[in-house]
Amino acid sequence: MSERVAIVGVAQTVFSPKRPDVNYAELAYEAISLVLESTGLSVEADIDNAVSCSHDIWDGQTISNIGITDVIGGHLRNEEKLAMDGSTAVYYATIGILSGEFDCTLALAHTKMSQTNRNIVNNTAFDPIYSRLLGLDFTSAAALQAQRFMSRYNISEKQIAEVVIKNLANATRNPWVHNKGFYTLDQALDSPVISSPIRKMDIAPDSDGAVAIVMASEKKALKVTDKPVWIKGVGACYDAHYLGDRDLSECYALRSAAEQAYRMAEIDHPRDEIDLVELGDEFSYQELLWLEGLGICGSGEAADLTCRGFTSFDGALPVNPSGGLLAGVPTNVAGLNRVAEAALQIRGEAGDRQVGDVRIAVAQGHSGFCGQHQCVIVLGRE
Amino acid sequence: MNPEHDYGTFESDQRIVAHSRYFAGLMGSYFFVRLRDEQKIVGARCEKCNKVFWPPRSTCGRCFSVLSLENLTEIGPLGTLETFTIVKYREPVHPRKAPFVYGIIKLDGADTSMVHFVDGVDFQKLAPGMRLRPVFANKRNGNILDIDHFEPLDSY
Repeated sequence: MSERVAIVGVAQTVFSPKRPDVNYAELAYEAISLVLESTGLSVEADIDNAVSCSHDIWDGQTISNIGITDVIGGHLRNEEKLAMDGSTAVYYATIGILSGEFDCTLALAHTKMSQTNRNIVNNTAFDPIYSRLLGLDFTSAAALQAQRFMSRYNISEKQIAEVVIKNLANATRNPWVHNKGFYTLDQALDSPVISSPIRKMDIAPDSDGAVAIVMASEKKALKVTDKPVWIKGVGACYDAHYLGDRDLSECYALRSAAEQAYRMAEIDHPRDEIDLVELGDEFSYQELLWLEGLGICGSGEAADLTCRGFTSFDGALPVNPSGGLLAGVPTNVAGLNRVAEAALQIRGEAGDRQVGDVRIAVAQGHSGFCGQHQCVIVLGRE
Repeated sequence: MNPEHDYGTFESDQRIVAHSRYFAGLMGSYFFVRLRDEQKIVGARCEKCNKVFWPPRSTCGRCFSVLSLENLTEIGPLGTLETFTIVKYREPVHPRKAPFVYGIIKLDGADTSMVHFVDGVDFQKLAPGMRLRPVFANKRNGNILDIDHFEPLDSY
């Protein structure tokens, strides 16, 4: 059994609105070949497990990891797929290595959102008996959550727009993403309403791309790299499916996932002990709600914290210095990209988006509408 | 390979179409038949948790008690709006054309809420706490759209 687990290599494709030149296996292979090249590892000699995250309907076939077995090293070997956010690949890779069953795991997430209609795909995430016929999708569900959150804590559209402005400005430092720029508050508030209070600029745009990470036991990791990024803590939790079963202004599942991860990482005061957060801002209001769920501040306090610059690039606790999902990161890939960005920051390899010395970083990913499933990964240099 | 020919970025253009018949379950069958034939809405009470759940379900997700037909209880028909959104975009899966309103509505006597349409309301006057009543569809087929929509109890 391994005492510790480390990330030993990280690779990402460029994220763009559409990659017409590759199918999803070819897209996945771009990230896989890069991570193998950068670590000097081989699928045959080193990788003994693979975990991938993607979405069957976007890929176009059920059990869609069938389409990537050749490129992930899954042919006549072990490979598992989760139809969930990419952060869960890191969660299960960690558990597999800690158990002693595996020594070196390739974690992959890939999605080509351009291949089909996002709202219709996400409509199928709603139960077919009571909800689906209403025509709900992730955007209209998120709008119900945003309205509830903003109304309960008296949060204004201007405060939500500050998240958009911050993240799209941060994204100008990130060469991998496609939605970026310096916007004014007026420009953000002029963006057309899609489903009130959510505007076009509040929504992470459709994107194609993949991320691959190699994770290893302590013994193996120290042979592969002199800059291991340690998995300090992990946590995951589900909330109820039906929107009406939950108080949408709260995120109990995230609180629970964060508590598990912090306990394992021995973090008692997250706001003081964490140097950087990368979280899943699929919609801009979620950055505020997830910060509260991560225990960075109390309920309803994240908007003020953001407007005061606490979470800005040069703030006390930078949140999404990469630009987050608003910058254009595909669904499913989202959480693995959060982990990848956090790992690059800890290694000091985040290029123009490096925020300084990062010793402890938190990555958060979520699956389903309104953050039903939550996964938290704490990463550290020591 | 013919160098003169454009092999380009070929896409396989397809649709996934499936006619599906999903069993509504023990509780769901009762719910939809009551809704279709009597225009009544039922939830399921967990005696142990003292909670009434909508949609009615055969296991309490909190204490894992098995719930059965005896646990079904009529709820509503009036309810209170908890949150809402005005949808401005169109998708073929929408049963009506935008703009329209989704609300999360807590029916009287229930502890969990229902997502449904809110019609007949001035968008400017939508607010949490608004009292609503269901309007049932004239032609009911045994699905959630047998409630056509909710509308304000008072004239707004």
